[in-house]
Amino acid sequence: MIWIDTIVQGVLLGGLYALFAAGLSLVFGIMRLVNLAHGDLIVMAAYLILVLVTLLGIDPFLAALIAAPFLFGVGWLLQMHVLNRTLGPDILPPLLVTFGLSIVIQNALLEGFSADSKRLSVGQLETASLALGPVNVGVMPLLTFISAIVVIVALNRLFYSTSLGRAFRATSDDAVTASLMGVRPQNIFATATGIAMVVVTIAALYLGTRANFDPTIGPARLIYAFEAVIIGGLGSLWGTLAGGIIIGVAQTLGAAINPEWQILAGHVAFVVVLLLRPRGLFPRAVD
Amino acid sequence: MTMPAQTNWTVETRTRTSTIFLGLAAVLVVVLALAPFYASRSLIQDLFFILTMLVLAQGWNLLAGYAGLVSVGQQAFVGIGAYAMFGGVILLDLDPLVSIALGGIAAALLAIPTAFFTFRLQGAYFAIGTWVVAEIVRLTVAQWKALGGGTGTSLPRSATREMFGLEFLKDTFGFKTSAATDVITFWLALVLAVVTVGVVYRLLRSRQGLGLAAVRDNQNAARSVGVDAQRIKTIVYLSTAFITGLAGALIYVQKARISPDAAFSVLDWTAYVIFIVVIGGIGTIEGPIIGVLVFFALQNSLSGYGSWYLLVLGLLGIVIMLFAPRGLWGLFTDRTGIELFPIRRRLSGDPNEKSGG
Repeated sequence: MIWIDTIVQGVLLGGLYALFAAGLSLVFGIMRLVNLAHGDLIVMAAYLILVLVTLLGIDPFLAALIAAPFLFGVGWLLQMHVLNRTLGPDILPPLLVTFGLSIVIQNALLEGFSADSKRLSVGQLETASLALGPVNVGVMPLLTFISAIVVIVALNRLFYSTSLGRAFRATSDDAVTASLMGVRPQNIFATATGIAMVVVTIAALYLGTRANFDPTIGPARLIYAFEAVIIGGLGSLWGTLAGGIIIGVAQTLGAAINPEWQILAGHVAFVVVLLLRPRGLFPRAVD
Repeated sequence: MTMPAQTNWTVETRTRTSTIFLGLAAVLVVVLALAPFYASRSLIQDLFFILTMLVLAQGWNLLAGYAGLVSVGQQAFVGIGAYAMFGGVILLDLDPLVSIALGGIAAALLAIPTAFFTFRLQGAYFAIGTWVVAEIVRLTVAQWKALGGGTGTSLPRSATREMFGLEFLKDTFGFKTSAATDVITFWLALVLAVVTVGVVYRLLRSRQGLGLAAVRDNQNAARSVGVDAQRIKTIVYLSTAFITGLAGALIYVQKARISPDAAFSVLDWTAYVIFIVVIGGIGTIEGPIIGVLVFFALQNSLSGYGSWYLLVLGLLGIVIMLFAPRGLWGLFTDRTGIELFPIRRRLSGDPNEKSGG
């Protein structure tokens, strides 16, 4: 019985990792941009929610709603004025600029909020649980998982049933030809990063409510998110969810055997999957 | 008018500036080698730091700047080198200096499965892959209870006291034990740095180096003329791992205290190194040398400001990458045309030119 419980917890944890990964997957899929600051952007968003909660005395969910459009703007400006300059055939500039950004964000947060760990409080929801058949699941983990599915459904609809999505796909396939058709790739990229930042806000909400966070935890979240994206296969959002679940289950199983093996088990699962399927489980695009 | 049947063209990379510079560099190395006899102990420690960071930076520059392998996981090799050295001293009772070689070998051995795994990943995937491998090694080493597990351990004092050459230095020059340790590690760092720069320079001027540049500029074109890209990249990756492992082991002989978090720190052994190379100028041998000096100057002048220092370093890295992607040395070369370690091949030495053909 304990194993079923462990696996269910792992699947729900996978929802959180899929949320971390969805924004990354979106940006990577459209402009092949690897954002090494993605984890730190999530942590930054969590601090923004915390500031709103503290200043306005509101619920974290409401604070996230206020933070989301603001962070959309941050993402738009970041892409338009910094990251767009790095795009091109050479992979060094985007990697190094976002790596520098990661260090800048971490240290700005350290300077502003100190190294103390913080948490977003959601009151009774934190400890509430539901009996689902033989296992008890926490309401917050369940809510996280459901949010991940909603985000993925929404992103897929955006991609495949809207004109913006058509522009995304066209730019992703061939930016030059898309620009001949009246699409401005620079704007499309900026919008995509803006949307990714909205997803980052949702991820930050659950990051902050489920566990403590401090300015230095970004890179570890980036690695989990990346593992989920790569396991799932480039360009498949459902694949990203599957990747997140694999990492999550591996971590909870590892932790059940020996608490020190939690993170290690997730990484090992990633390596094993990639050795068996170098292009991930559900590759859609060819890189 | 006769066509010369045989011209005396030769392909050269050397220039007059670079020959003069090599002479000056040799003098500089001698001056540095004698530093323990005229410099203070803290200056020796600073020079040790600069030299070891230079070795790491030359290694990363060779990987990313020449072989196109953007690794974010070099801390794996620093850490495993350092831990292998500790293992040699504590478990096998070896001399720390002998153990340093063990560190290099361990890193090169680790690089074999790492390359097998990460070389299947392209570009950005490769970067994340190397990082994950470094995390796996860190978490695994943290389980190694004989070397202190997650909290780490120290080198036994008896081992550092009886280190090879220590008695000789103490007796001959009258150094104290602790100062003599610093002197030995400093000399080793100097040798390692000079050898690393020399090996990298030699490699880049060799056939393999030409192949490497060709692969970087256009992999398909390079392959079409018979360059085995994968083989060259693997050789570069393994040798960089070896050098990085040696540097890691040497750094921790001097530190004498180790923990998984410190030895496998992505900030100390990869982020700093990346900033050094980017600020100095990626894809040149001079770049990391300039970079490490700028890095050291920044660190010394801003160290009192805590995290502001890293913030400034990160911003500087971003600005240079965006507006001067070839770094400070690139700016300098563009203005002056001076290259101290030229690797471009030039034609020279045709005697018929003078007789007016």
